[in-house]
Amino acid sequence: MKTLVWVEHEGGAVKDATLSAVTAAAKLGEVHLLVAGESVGGVAEAAANIAGVGKVHVADDAALGHALAENVAPLVVQLMADHDAFVAPATSNGKNIAPRVAALLDVMQISDILSVESEDTFTRPIYAGNAIATVKSKDAKKVITVRGTAFEKAAAEGGSGTVEAVASTGDAGLSSFVGAEIAKLERPELTSAKVIVSGGRALKDGETFEQLIFPLADKLGAAVGASRAAVDAGYVPNDYQVGQTGKIVAPEVYIAVGISGAIQHLAGMKDSKTIVAINKDEDAPIFQVADIGLVGDLFKVVPELTEKL
Amino acid sequence: MKILVPVKRVIDYNVKPRVKADGTGVDLANVKMSMNPFDEIAVEEAIRLKEKGVATEVVAVSIGVAKAQETLRTALAMGADRAILIQTDDEVEPLGVAKLLAKVQEEEQAGLIVLGKQAIDDDSNQTGQMLAALLNLPQGTFASKVEVEGDKVSVTREVDGGLETVKLSTPAIVTTDLRLNEPRYASLPNIMKAKSKPLATKTPADFGVDIAPRLETVSVAEPAKRSAGVKVADVDELVAKLKSMGVAA
Repeated sequence: MKTLVWVEHEGGAVKDATLSAVTAAAKLGEVHLLVAGESVGGVAEAAANIAGVGKVHVADDAALGHALAENVAPLVVQLMADHDAFVAPATSNGKNIAPRVAALLDVMQISDILSVESEDTFTRPIYAGNAIATVKSKDAKKVITVRGTAFEKAAAEGGSGTVEAVASTGDAGLSSFVGAEIAKLERPELTSAKVIVSGGRALKDGETFEQLIFPLADKLGAAVGASRAAVDAGYVPNDYQVGQTGKIVAPEVYIAVGISGAIQHLAGMKDSKTIVAINKDEDAPIFQVADIGLVGDLFKVVPELTEKL
Repeated sequence: MKILVPVKRVIDYNVKPRVKADGTGVDLANVKMSMNPFDEIAVEEAIRLKEKGVATEVVAVSIGVAKAQETLRTALAMGADRAILIQTDDEVEPLGVAKLLAKVQEEEQAGLIVLGKQAIDDDSNQTGQMLAALLNLPQGTFASKVEVEGDKVSVTREVDGGLETVKLSTPAIVTTDLRLNEPRYASLPNIMKAKSKPLATKTPADFGVDIAPRLETVSVAEPAKRSAGVKVADVDELVAKLKSMGVAA
């Protein structure tokens, strides 16, 4: 089976989620990549170094610059004439593009896979991860998005792929990029961090969140996450959200501070290796999944913890 | 401008799903069902656009069992003008749903189609993007802000790193994220009024669409359970634990 993996990149570098997608694709067969964007020569070279990749198709065009699905999907569809499976990371860009490709190919996409059981059979979470479905695709071609935390990252070095230019299918003339407000990261990225400190609604307000959670995270070299309630209440921006509809994370250690543990939140973090919960309510559902629990007032406990670490 | 709002009947947000003992699926017998929360946000957005004078008519459409009428009545009680039920007892996958919705759009010629970014049952996150592909229309997915400006619509999207804004020609597809708005509760008089609003019932066959599933569910299982661990008495004990795990120096 020949697979085509869509390479997610930013600032000239391949994003980690792509490496997990490559691992999943390698379980299906030969791995070819698509690097689409504007001035992406460097990205293509980096992509060719990923262990185990064959051909790297590069489409360089301003119309592909912001990964607009309307412009990327026709290009993918064209390349799929020569591939059996399209694989994308289940990131916001991957989730935006892949279903558009699937519909154009008349294929039912398999979203957010957790494992590859065989060439046509996969497992995926449903009902916010409260059930795991094993599904078998009857489509001749497969379109798949990959949950990054479920697959090891392929080695970024050691490959010897060959770079090949492909013509862009151009601007579909349906949409245009206006701008972005991308938060500057002073800390590790949530989806690839080894340690995450997450705060919930109990933090009271944005200022308190910042005063309590950020120093603890910095002491541990951790990324900062939040529950939906904390994001909805405006303590932190949306890109902090961990959960069913936010980011799915699986760090070595996840420290949940003042998070009660709604099923939608658990869906986003319950595959973490060790979960630490700090909550004043000893009956909070978070304690049912926590490996280490501390019942206490976070306003006292967190500064003390930061101090003593 | 007419707005089409597809809605799905799903297990209620607050119900914890249970896997059936025979591993064929999730037990939905006697379980509270509601409108998919993301679709509720879509209905709300459409109604607000109507209240602002941008939209002239809001049409809700659902594909599913006869009881999906209740979901459509909820949309009507919130303020939608009329509803279409494409009734089937079969499970319809996102691709099939998108094909049916494409046919509805051919008849309705809406200027905007607003729907939830994903349904909380199968968590597929596909229908809107697929519909956009089939109709060759632009898509503004995971929207946290929607502004109609003449024959364009500006959509602010929740993306991994923060927010991104795109400008789309209309007709366009918009899929809603959580923070687009807070849906209203339907008032009792509006619930009563909704009962007499028009609701047309059709079948997939009326549209000549093949909805045969492409994915076969081999089995459904409970995820690996986490068991509760230990409780520590104080911060010192927690620090010791974290240090022994190598998290802190």
